[in-house]
Amino acid sequence: MSVNPELQGRVFPPVAPYLVGREKVREFSRAVFATNPINHDPQAARAAGHADVVAPPTFAVVVQEATLAQLLAEPDGGIDFTRVVHGDQRFSYTRPIVAGDELTATLAVTSIKTLGAHAMVTAESTIVDAAGAHVVTATSTLVVRGDE
Amino acid sequence: MIPVLADLTVGSVVAEASFSLTRDSLVRYAGASGDFNPIHYRDDVARSVGLSGVLAHGMLTMGLAVQPVVDWAGDPARVIDYQVRFTRPVFVDATVGAVVMVVAKVGALEPDAGIVRIDLTVTFNGATVLGKAQARVNLA
Repeated sequence: MSVNPELQGRVFPPVAPYLVGREKVREFSRAVFATNPINHDPQAARAAGHADVVAPPTFAVVVQEATLAQLLAEPDGGIDFTRVVHGDQRFSYTRPIVAGDELTATLAVTSIKTLGAHAMVTAESTIVDAAGAHVVTATSTLVVRGDE
Repeated sequence: MIPVLADLTVGSVVAEASFSLTRDSLVRYAGASGDFNPIHYRDDVARSVGLSGVLAHGMLTMGLAVQPVVDWAGDPARVIDYQVRFTRPVFVDATVGAVVMVVAKVGALEPDAGIVRIDLTVTFNGATVLGKAQARVNLA
């Protein structure tokens, strides 16, 4: 099965809200070697003008993950998980993610390109806060290897 | 101290760092991120898909590579945009691990917006592992 070109333009239902916990931010920070006090210490974060500890720039992938799972599970999508390689990744922030945020992500497939036997799927997850205001857009390009 | 945009010149190095990864680092990232793909902790699974062994999560390499920029800027919130292309795997040997080197240079200046683009060169075993690795940093 190959990637369904009709996926292009498809918008998925929002995934369940993700509540950003302070300890999760600290745990993720340790995992990516983020040692800045603003990632770990609420007092340092408040002194810098933030409501609580600030997540590292790539933390949004944790929130995005559920949307990519939707894409891979799409019955008519034709995306074979075992053939997927992560090609590109981007995060574009309107404001940083801080502990206490309740975030909701919505996935749209913005582009499908074929390159020989391979397909490049670009998926954009728009992440908003509890008030509906934009926080970050996480964009992934997945390379789906075709039959050799 | 927040870096001053007017003091920066395109091409100058603002930060350098090296990161020693072990298999423990990969297990820690798997737990923190929820990415439990076994190619990041099982050599037998990695070899079964044609890899020479366990490799680091691309998102771990992306995540650590921006940290020297965060520390230079003084606040993770100053990184407003960050993108990479994954070009080569970082193989993490079970006994000796892997060392990832990061050099961060000024790529472009947007003086009106108070934004600097920092370009990252990220290498493992002398070869770059990320392409077009760029972080836009708000210094306003």
